[in-house]
Parts: sequence; C-alpha cells; structure tokens
Amino acid sequence: MAETVLEVEDLWKAYGDLEVLRGGSFAVHEAEVKVIFGPSGSGKSTLLLCINMLVPPDSGKVHIRGIDLTHPSTDLNAIRSRIGIVFQHFNLFNHMTALDNVASGPRIVKKIPKQQAREIAMEALTRVKLQGWTHHYPGQLSGGQKQRVGIARALAMNPDIILFDEPTSALDPELIGEVLSVMLDLAREGTTMLVVTHEMGFARSVASEMIFIDDGVIVERGDPEHFFENPETERAKRFLSKIGELYGGKRRFDSEENPSSAALR
Amino acid sequence: MEASILSFLLFLLEGVPVTIVLTLLSLTLGFVIGLPLALARAFGKGIPSFIAAGYERTLRSIPLLVLLFIFYFGFNYEWMTSFVAAMLAMGLRSAAYQSQIFRGSIASIQADQMAAARSLGMTKLQAISRVILPQALTLSLPSWANEFAVVIKDTSFAYAIGVVEVMRRANYLRAATLRPLPPFLLVAAIYFLITFPITKFFGSRGTKRKKLWGYE
Repeated sequence: MAETVLEVEDLWKAYGDLEVLRGGSFAVHEAEVKVIFGPSGSGKSTLLLCINMLVPPDSGKVHIRGIDLTHPSTDLNAIRSRIGIVFQHFNLFNHMTALDNVASGPRIVKKIPKQQAREIAMEALTRVKLQGWTHHYPGQLSGGQKQRVGIARALAMNPDIILFDEPTSALDPELIGEVLSVMLDLAREGTTMLVVTHEMGFARSVASEMIFIDDGVIVERGDPEHFFENPETERAKRFLSKIGELYGGKRRFDSEENPSSAALR
Repeated sequence: MEASILSFLLFLLEGVPVTIVLTLLSLTLGFVIGLPLALARAFGKGIPSFIAAGYERTLRSIPLLVLLFIFYFGFNYEWMTSFVAAMLAMGLRSAAYQSQIFRGSIASIQADQMAAARSLGMTKLQAISRVILPQALTLSLPSWANEFAVVIKDTSFAYAIGVVEVMRRANYLRAATLRPLPPFLLVAAIYFLITFPITKFFGSRGTKRKKLWGYE
C-alpha cells in the first residue's frame, strides 16, 4: 500500500455553541484523490482549515507524513508550506502579477532566489496552461484563469498534498471545465489531492473514495460507484438526487412543462 | 498697485518652504507613529490594541490649537521652538488620523489574503509585510491624500505660536499696509496651488492602482 500522506483522526471543532466538526477520521495516501461532499454548512471548509491548522481544532489529530500538526512544538509555518490550498474564492494576491503570485511561495517562504523562483513559477503556470498570462494581474483574469493561477501557486511549492475547497463553485458554468480539466491532469499525474466539491463527474473519474459529510460527521463513505449505484443512507440519497437535479443529471419535475420554467417557479 | 501685489506675493512665497517642510515633517511623524498604531489595532490583542485605540480617540478629540499651546507653552525645553512644537502637535494628531486610515484599508483586505499567505507557509510578519501592507497602503492613498491636504492647510494654525510661515507673513502685510484683502486672497491662492495638485496626484495614483488590482 502506498505511503500515507495525510491522516485525520477524530477532529472536533466548535465555534461557541455551534459544533462544526464532530469527529471523523480518514487518511489520504500518496497519489490518491479523495473527494469530500455534503450540504453547505456541514463543516467541509472548516475541516480543510483544521487540517493545516489555520483554524486549530478543539481536539483530534492531523498527521502529514507522520508529523503531528496538533503537537505544540511542530513548526506550523514549515508544515503549511507542504500543504497546498486552493480556495473557493481564489484568494490571489491582488497586487502581484500571475507570475509573482505563483513565485511568492518559493521566494518568500523557501527563500529561493528571484530568477529561480520565477522559473519554478513559469513551470507551474505552464502546467495549468497559463504560460501566456504571466504578466496579468488577477483583476485582469477571468474566474477560471484566476483559479488556475491559484492551483499553480499551490503547485509551485511542490506540496505533499493539495487541498481544494470547492474550487469551481464560484465560477460561471462555462469556466468550470478549464479548471476541472487541469485538476484531472494533476490527478492523473499522481498529485495527492483532497477535494471538497460537488462535481460528481470529476469524483467519478478520479476519486478513490468519496466521503459524505453532514452536520459535522462522516455520514457515509465509499468509492464513486457505491454512491452512484446504491448509497445506503437516506441523507446521502437525498443530497445526491438534489445535486443530480441541479446539474441536469436526472429530471425530476412533476409537471409536463418544460423544466426550466418549472425550476424558475 | 500691481507692483505692490507682486511684492506681496514674493514676500509670502518666502514662507512657502516653511509651510512645506512643516507639512512633510508632520506627515512623516504621523506615518511613523500611525502605521504601528494601525497594526496594533488590526493584529494586536489586549494592551497594545487598547493603547492604540485610546491614543486615536484622545488625539482626535483635542483641537489643534490646544495641542499647539500644550506643546509650545507647556514644555519649557530649550529645543521646544515654535517650529518643533508645531511639528509635534500636528504630527501626533496626524498619527491618530493616519492610523484610522490604514486600519480601515487593512480591515478591508485582511481575512482572505491572510489565509492565502499563511497557507503557503508565510509567517504572520511576512504575510503582513509582503501581502497585506502593500495592498493596504495603496488602498489608503486617496484618504491619505485627504489627510495630506488637511495637514498642509492646518499648518496655518502654527501662526498662533509664532512660526513664520505663509499665514504669519500675510498677517505682517495686513498690519504693515492696512490692506487686508490682497494678502489673504494671495494666501488662499497659494494654499490652493499646493494642495490641489498633491491631492490630485495621490488620488489618481491610488485609483489607477485600485483598478489594475481589480478593486474597482
């Protein structure tokens, strides 16, 4: 079995009275893609933020290649540089060009000389097919391009794992494809990825396991076929049929009217 | 008549360097103190943030003339000339306003950008100096230009403690010629000609950058 890259053990997190994460353990192995999905507010984003300790969990453990991130003596800055994050809203540095955004990690964190950092950045931008857009600022790019810069910024650090927090859900529909195709390439090249997404097509093609989270707990898990053929829990069934409707996978309209007008009502 | 206006103007212009130097020193002092205050309020907790907030509120609540008198008459040091007192009073007051300006723009970008910077492995200090501040200072430019204009114009208060700047010179002319209107109109024109281009320059620079960075 491949080496374990990320191991999450029984994470709990509450904001005041609101319990966002209520336990749950899983692991991601080398070159593996795992997909997390579930309703909004179910704790998915908090889970990712807890993994790199930007939001410290109340209890539980996170290991990256055997290093315990929750241990007080762990150098979190060093370990974070090995965990890439791709944000839903891109979070690109607005005052830097695409190239400088991607080079910022190598330059500022790894102290790699400017020229060399730019070469690394150029390589990462080429992998996301943005080699022609290096000198544009985020404000001059489309949403899909911004997200690809975000992915390149994570790649440039050569991380052990990349966490994706709903990377396509802030994008216009026609821009989702370009981001997913880059993510599929990365998955096939053996990038270790933990992806929060509702893109079931993506999950089906590359996920080795899907984890359904609701209300801060893991409700059900299994490979994509399991979820698409016969999900066990009522909650997962309901959720999957809802996103099925949304993405046009199944038509579930009661009336004979055309679906778009029915949906608008 | 025209000759006398020209000589008025020349006499007043001699005060311009004092006005400008006083403005620049006050603004610099305000920046050097105001920026750390803003950082203390935006990122600090407990005592530093509390002190910064108290400083802001206090200095913004005292009239400039009172501050000028406190420094000039209240501290009997040899080095406390009217010029130094004016610079301290205006600089310390400007610090409170500049702190407020910077704090506002830091708050407007902080969370997302900080998360991205920290997730790459930057320390908090690196995130602030390389990611937050370059953006926050630029976003501050239009408001900062406004503060620049306020300080330039308020240097005229330094007249009250005897700094020989443009305003005091105008008053000399009023007393000597008994023609008050021309000197004060000239002073008004001089302030306008200094203030307008500077605020215009910083304002448009800030706006251009904001557009390029997708803030507008």
